[in-house]
Amino acid sequence: MFKTPEGREIFVIDGHTHFWDGSPENQKNIHGKQFIDCFYGYHTALSPEDQRWEKSKFEKYSIDDLYHDLFIDGPDDMAIVQSTYLKDFYKEGFNTIERNATIAERFPDRFILNGSFDPRDGQKALEYIHYLKETHNARGVKLYTAEWNGDSKGWKLTDPAAYECLALCDKLGIRNIHVHKGPTIIPLNKDAFDVHDVDHVATDFQGLRFIVEHCGLPRLDDFCWIAVQETNVYGGLAVVLPFIHARPRYFGEVMAELLFWLGPDKLLFASDYAIWTPKWLVEKFWAYQIPEDIAAERGVQLTDEIKEKILGLNAAALYDIDVETQKARLAQAPVSIAAE
Amino acid sequence: MQDREALPPRLRDVWDRLDHVNDPELDEPLTDLGFVEAVSVGEAGDVLVCFRLPTYWCSPNFAFLMAEGIRREVAALPWVARVSVRLEDHMCAEEMNEAVSAGRSFADALALRPEFASLDEVREKFDRKAFQRRQEAVLLALRRRGLAPRDVAAMTRGALDASGFAEPEAERQRLRYLAILDARGLAPRPDDPAFPDLDGAPLTEAGYAARMGGLRAVRINMEFGGALCRGLKANRYKEVVQVDGEPTLVDFLLERVPARSSAG
Repeated sequence: MFKTPEGREIFVIDGHTHFWDGSPENQKNIHGKQFIDCFYGYHTALSPEDQRWEKSKFEKYSIDDLYHDLFIDGPDDMAIVQSTYLKDFYKEGFNTIERNATIAERFPDRFILNGSFDPRDGQKALEYIHYLKETHNARGVKLYTAEWNGDSKGWKLTDPAAYECLALCDKLGIRNIHVHKGPTIIPLNKDAFDVHDVDHVATDFQGLRFIVEHCGLPRLDDFCWIAVQETNVYGGLAVVLPFIHARPRYFGEVMAELLFWLGPDKLLFASDYAIWTPKWLVEKFWAYQIPEDIAAERGVQLTDEIKEKILGLNAAALYDIDVETQKARLAQAPVSIAAE
Repeated sequence: MQDREALPPRLRDVWDRLDHVNDPELDEPLTDLGFVEAVSVGEAGDVLVCFRLPTYWCSPNFAFLMAEGIRREVAALPWVARVSVRLEDHMCAEEMNEAVSAGRSFADALALRPEFASLDEVREKFDRKAFQRRQEAVLLALRRRGLAPRDVAAMTRGALDASGFAEPEAERQRLRYLAILDARGLAPRPDDPAFPDLDGAPLTEAGYAARMGGLRAVRINMEFGGALCRGLKANRYKEVVQVDGEPTLVDFLLERVPARSSAG
């Protein structure tokens, strides 16, 4: 719960969090080391100085650390925890759904557990989607089209195998498809940031919602254009939001574009924890105003009402969360680590 | 930035040439971005340039384009006999450096990884973006100088050639814009409109807002990468090695101690 300076309570759903193990003990090879090092680079490059972590905590943090940073020190009411397997880089995977399930089981009211699949696994991918539904009751997945798999250096949502997987998700009610389209860790063939495949699948799967993580930056214009055409395309603000500190004017330009093209109902707050922590992000976001000249150019404002939608209400709508009911439920189990 | 004047003449020549090599994605010189790690010059005119990118994962196609640019620019110096380019700490470093030292072309090196092969397409795509970004910078600078949309739409190439800016960054962008106009064969004559689009269509007063909206979108995309890359580069090689809890002198000499105020 975020309390505004005027005392209003804002319900916060963190749209993108991780519970990873990138420690040297879990690294399988140089790629594993370079991967977590790169994440740490993002962390140090865009965090305020007093929010930077020691490398060792960043590599591997405990459930208690995570709970504290999101819900006690941080303003989150709920968090969507995304899965990233990377089994070629890490012995036990980076943050598999099994690892994430340990936190969701301990704090079931706090977490929305999302899975992942790789359509290049063929029949196994379809079986895995069934497993996600049956074992973890997943309501969403996070897909990483730039991931390597054998000889393949990436895939598209429009690949026939991906269509089969999406059709199965639709059938099973896994309706929220988060797609990583943004700065790439592992480069794709020609254009690592292309977002056009989202356009096609959004048209063909009207029952699914496509949340484009990182708003397709650095392809913001393409993403905005697609999101205007397709009613079921959303933007996740992970990685975009920390620019609020490092480059506040630039952040205003991005927000102005997003509000102009997508409107206030299709943007989701996300910290990308543990790359960044939600406390400073939400505080700065609530205090932020788009610089006047930029706002005037696009005729948009970032009002309190819009901020409240972005911080929680939009994600609540996607994941069928009744905010008042959820607030009441959480109030009965107040935040406490000592409760274990 | 190092003091160029203090360098031996041949080293200075090389660094000056390297100012002409841009990161294709960011349209900024490698030397400004801090990507060039070391340059050495042998007595026989052999040059070795080592460069590093912000992450191990930076797109190989961009890395190839940069290596190619380094080789081309340095080889243009009359006294240079041989150029070696070495990419360090990158996922493709081994294949790429091997191809270079074996004297094979980058196209050969690329053939090892066919999925990265269409460099011409990548180069053209980012060259177009660079054109748009430079054009926006010049248009905004002219607006700051008090010109109305009508005035910039009416401006000719000859007038732009003749109107330097006092502000260094605006002047730098003007010269870069003129260079890319020439490179693309746009507005070649003095009475041509100074601000054609990529297809050569002139800027109009009525079309000003739409043109600027499009150019702004290109800049927003490019700046995202630029800001991230600078931040990542600034932090990548700054892990402090500590002895008894304190950084050693070597760490300070190698700038491994985090420059807290400059990071990000």
